[in-house]
Amino acid sequence: MPSIHVSGLRKVFPVPVREAGLKASVRSLFHREMRDVVAVDGISFDVAPGEVVGFLGPNGAGKTTTLKMLSGLLQPTDGEATVLGYRPGARDPGLLSRMALVMGNRNQLQWDLPAADSFELNRSIYRIPRPEFAAMRDELVEILDVGDLMRTPVRNLSLGERMKMELAGSLLHRPAMLFLDEPTIGLDVTAQKRIRAFIAAYNERYGATVVLTSHYMADVEALCKRIIVIHHGKVLFDGELSTLSDRFAATRTIVVRIDQAPQSPAPPLSSYGTVLSVEGDTTSISVAREDVATITGRILSEHVVLDLTIDDPPIEDVIERVFADGAVVD
Amino acid sequence: MVEMYLTLARTSIQVQFQYRAANYFYMIGMVVEPVIYLVVWRTIARSSGGSVEGYTAGTFAAYYIVWTLVRNMNIVFTPFGWEQRIREGELSGHLLRPVHPIHYDLASFAGWKLVVIVFWLPIAAVLSLVFHPTLHPSPLQGVVFFMAVWGAYLIRSMLLWALGLITLWTTRVSALYEAYFMAELLLSGRLVPLTLMPGWVQGLSWFLPFRWTFGFPITALVGPVSNRELLVGVLAQAGWVLVGVLVVKAMWRRGIRRYSAVGG
Repeated sequence: MPSIHVSGLRKVFPVPVREAGLKASVRSLFHREMRDVVAVDGISFDVAPGEVVGFLGPNGAGKTTTLKMLSGLLQPTDGEATVLGYRPGARDPGLLSRMALVMGNRNQLQWDLPAADSFELNRSIYRIPRPEFAAMRDELVEILDVGDLMRTPVRNLSLGERMKMELAGSLLHRPAMLFLDEPTIGLDVTAQKRIRAFIAAYNERYGATVVLTSHYMADVEALCKRIIVIHHGKVLFDGELSTLSDRFAATRTIVVRIDQAPQSPAPPLSSYGTVLSVEGDTTSISVAREDVATITGRILSEHVVLDLTIDDPPIEDVIERVFADGAVVD
Repeated sequence: MVEMYLTLARTSIQVQFQYRAANYFYMIGMVVEPVIYLVVWRTIARSSGGSVEGYTAGTFAAYYIVWTLVRNMNIVFTPFGWEQRIREGELSGHLLRPVHPIHYDLASFAGWKLVVIVFWLPIAAVLSLVFHPTLHPSPLQGVVFFMAVWGAYLIRSMLLWALGLITLWTTRVSALYEAYFMAELLLSGRLVPLTLMPGWVQGLSWFLPFRWTFGFPITALVGPVSNRELLVGVLAQAGWVLVGVLVVKAMWRRGIRRYSAVGG
């Protein structure tokens, strides 16, 4: 049985509409105009136990709304969803005690107290037996390297330290289902790496299912084999991250290092494609995917090549293209 | 569940002790209201030959000093807090936990009460030295008073939770809260002992919840009160708690479907 089953899930928010200005303001007293905003528009997918899935999409695509429906915060307008066999909207304690939703911009710890006190509170709320709690707490503290911070009031922690504590606090009850909404938002690169490594270790050690949204492609590349791209509330792509480039990247990047010594005249590199950058004797050229083989052959025969690699374009560019194409795939 | 309540109450106590000065200023501010009532009614009592409707300067002092404790004991999560909860999406954190959020509020505010009592004792001592209250409760009155302040706390918690839940429909409920507050002020014994109010107000107050959140706990300790009145009061409180639970339950079931989890 999949950890998550989503079928035709839809969420519509009725939103008041009003023109700017005093006149419109007075008019709205008597006649309130409403408009339906479709945040999630009939999406379907399954997530297997232990899988790590990245949810990608621009702002307002419907990622967070989907996570909120899956964690029971929002009731779907239509369609169905089950998480660990439960209907999330029913907010069954059986599900709530086996899942966690961590939002990078939300603080759920007691602001004025050391995190150790919030952890103790979570122990009582989730009814975690003391020996299990102590073992899990010590393990999380060790992996996240936050032992020195346990007695510091949360308000005195840095953003990165707080995020680590948030994660630790959310995992004390060892959730089998972990929803992460922008878990590395606002963190520096080092903190981002630590959080990523931690999530990967948690997934591996406990076999937890993880669904992650992030604007940082590095998060997705480091953690998710599978991604679901969502745009305007619809699934545009659902598959392995590696196949995204194969399917959507219209170009590839040839990075070539050429011997600059005088030689017989050779065509300028710009004649092969679009020059993306030149750094010393290394030039990056963007070429159409179907021309890669021909152009590589020409460069090798027409220049003295010291080194040559063929790269996929940055995943951000591919995603951008997916959004631009807007076609529903899979 | 009991352990969760104890831990939540303990956490609340820890948080409140972090703000010692703020709590003291808060308590001092809260004492101003009853002291004004007390000074006014003592003056009226003295100018009316020593008492008003049986209330002497000493019993007025007892009424309003006990008032300060009852008032603090029935402070609960207000609709203002609900507005912030909904507008800022703070309810989301509560909804993710495997317990109903009302338990969180009940336990947290109950913990705060224990802090309040510690801060209240010296204030009550000073007020007693200044105003010389007449207070001779029987052991039964003491026991009923103890039950009644917690009963009042539960009734007010339920009613203001129900009022706060309206935020799930309208986002702003402050105006309704002000209306509630005015009704409570007049019909609860908060402004003035209910026996000093017109007959129709007294009659009406028996059928509304407010009396059982202020007047009854205070009178239970200060008197004069018969055993029958104590029993009626405890039963009325139990009834209003039950009504509150049912109303909250019904509103929660419908309202939570409308929660839009904005702000994160």
